[in-house]
Amino acid sequence: MATEPAQRTSPPGPIGRRRAERLDRLAELAATPPDERGESLTRETLRRLRRSPMAMVGASIVLIFVVIALIGPLLTPPPSWLPLPLYSPIENVGLEQIRPGQIPGPSGDHWLGLDHLGRDELSRMLYGARQTLLVGVVATLIGFTAGAVIGGVAGAAYGLGGRIGRWIDSILMRFIDLLLAMPPLLLAFSVAAVLGRSLTAVMIAVGVAATPIFARLLRGSMIAQANRDYVLAATSLGVRRPRIVLSHVFPNSLAPVIVQATLTLATAIIEAAGLSFLGLGNPDSRWPEWGTMLAQAQAQLAVQPMLAVYPAIAIIITALGFTLLGEAMREALDPKLRR
Amino acid sequence: MTRFIIRRLLQVIPTLAALSVLLFIWLRRLPGGPDAALLGERATPEARAAIRERLGLDEPILVQYGRYMKDLLRLDFGVSTQTQQPVIDEFLIRFPGTVELAFTALAIAVGVGIPVGYLAARRRGGWLDNLVVSGSMVGICTPVFFLAFVLKWVFGEQLGWLPTFGRQSPGINATHVTNFFVLDGLLTREWDAAWDAFLHLLLPAIAVASIPFAVIVRMTRASVLEVLNEDYVRTAEAKGLTDRTIRGRHVLRNALLPVVTAIGVLAGALLSGAVLTETVFAFNGIGRFVYLAIQNADYPVLMAFIMFIALTFVTINLLVDISYSIIDPRVRVH
Repeated sequence: MATEPAQRTSPPGPIGRRRAERLDRLAELAATPPDERGESLTRETLRRLRRSPMAMVGASIVLIFVVIALIGPLLTPPPSWLPLPLYSPIENVGLEQIRPGQIPGPSGDHWLGLDHLGRDELSRMLYGARQTLLVGVVATLIGFTAGAVIGGVAGAAYGLGGRIGRWIDSILMRFIDLLLAMPPLLLAFSVAAVLGRSLTAVMIAVGVAATPIFARLLRGSMIAQANRDYVLAATSLGVRRPRIVLSHVFPNSLAPVIVQATLTLATAIIEAAGLSFLGLGNPDSRWPEWGTMLAQAQAQLAVQPMLAVYPAIAIIITALGFTLLGEAMREALDPKLRR
Repeated sequence: MTRFIIRRLLQVIPTLAALSVLLFIWLRRLPGGPDAALLGERATPEARAAIRERLGLDEPILVQYGRYMKDLLRLDFGVSTQTQQPVIDEFLIRFPGTVELAFTALAIAVGVGIPVGYLAARRRGGWLDNLVVSGSMVGICTPVFFLAFVLKWVFGEQLGWLPTFGRQSPGINATHVTNFFVLDGLLTREWDAAWDAFLHLLLPAIAVASIPFAVIVRMTRASVLEVLNEDYVRTAEAKGLTDRTIRGRHVLRNALLPVVTAIGVLAGALLSGAVLTETVFAFNGIGRFVYLAIQNADYPVLMAFIMFIALTFVTINLLVDISYSIIDPRVRVH
């Protein structure tokens, strides 16, 4: 059986092993053939997602967040009509109201009050949504792409068989499992520290921390798919192996990867906030990002604690939305829970 | 057993070698090179040339790598540009603080997490169970340092119950032997110093404990639920054993085994949490030192920290693996 060896390699040390086992389980889910009615996996999964309250709550949060990130800056005074400005033109409108030991809270003009430089906090939150979405999506894409290349090559090499194929697979997975054993925040931290202080560094760092997850998942998923009847059918029709791997196995292996991408978006947002807090984010405060805003609020904690509360609540709700949606998608894929 | 340990140790060596090469390349790629990192960016060309010669940067690259490795093996990570002290000395002062924090956090997470998880599983669907399931999800989505803010603000600044700054009150007269401040106080019988250090640990430890706590509660709950469905529990009930005996001897003991073995796995969450939390409480551990190193572009410290994280995790992995293989001989086969 081709699925057995997917579990064979296990990372050096127990820390990565638990994460690896979880990923291997997820990889298996989509490889279980659909039930007797012959409904497609996608359609059945979507049907069950619609019935799940967890998925609906998560999807609503995600939808609201994306809408705010896209159109939010249109609502800020002065409105910005540019399609995707990340740099906020928010002026220090209330600078004269800022005194040592006093930062005005919510008022009619400024619904969430002012920040420590007299800028409208609500406007900054709306721009921050954009930055946060950008960081989360780009970091996840980086992790996904790098993971897809490594995991895809390993899975394909394994599938193509032969001594060299197995050898390539085993070398790549050794390396991936090693990264998997590192705590993701500290891995991201190491990468960001090497790259220097910038938003790009944070995105790359969080992406690198997510790479081993996607690599291991995609490889496991491809190897699990290799067992399916359609592969046998294609092989007996005489389709060449590289073609089977690329146009049959690979697209079918993506379902668990999409689930993981949703979950990774949540951790990416939290990790990016952590890196910003450690001072590895963009040092220019005109680029509002929730993690950086939360970090800067630390200095104002005694004067205006609400400045820490707004971005924190926003981060928690957004991360929760992606987590709920991701977990619900995984449950919907799980054949054990299929009704 | 010995062969297992030797094989695992041999697997560690290529890892650390690869890491050392990466860090060596990074060291050479620093803005302006290591000479500029030491002198600052406005140094004169003559001063740079002098320091390049002194550091041996004009020699062949392999010679440089060899010397760098020799320094690493002697735990010589260079001098911190912030404090002008050898990095290793700075780490030896601060690491005990982080360890103290991590262990206190672990004690809180285990001591509270296991009973809460057990109670949630016993009353499945009850208010505690619902609170635990939803709370642990919110907990995992909360940035650790925000929780630290909240604790500092509520219990430190508003209620004034606990100290929120540093590892020990400045006025206290304490002798430091091991740099584990609580232990030092106990060893030297300075009870007030030990108690004071312990109070300083509490708030940061609660913040650090949050994610391990959520993990332990969920694991205990799942594990107890699984054991409650086992045949031997039903048999015990059918035999008419008291609820107390069943709970203690059958359920709890079997349910805790996977939880206890997973505690080593939490080391990552504990160390990440400590790095993020120490800064909020000005707790002078490794995390705060590294935070300051980022602010001040103190590259030798950052490099040592990365090497240090890798070493710590390789060691923890190895220790947990060895302890697993003692508990469960099947692990050795892999």
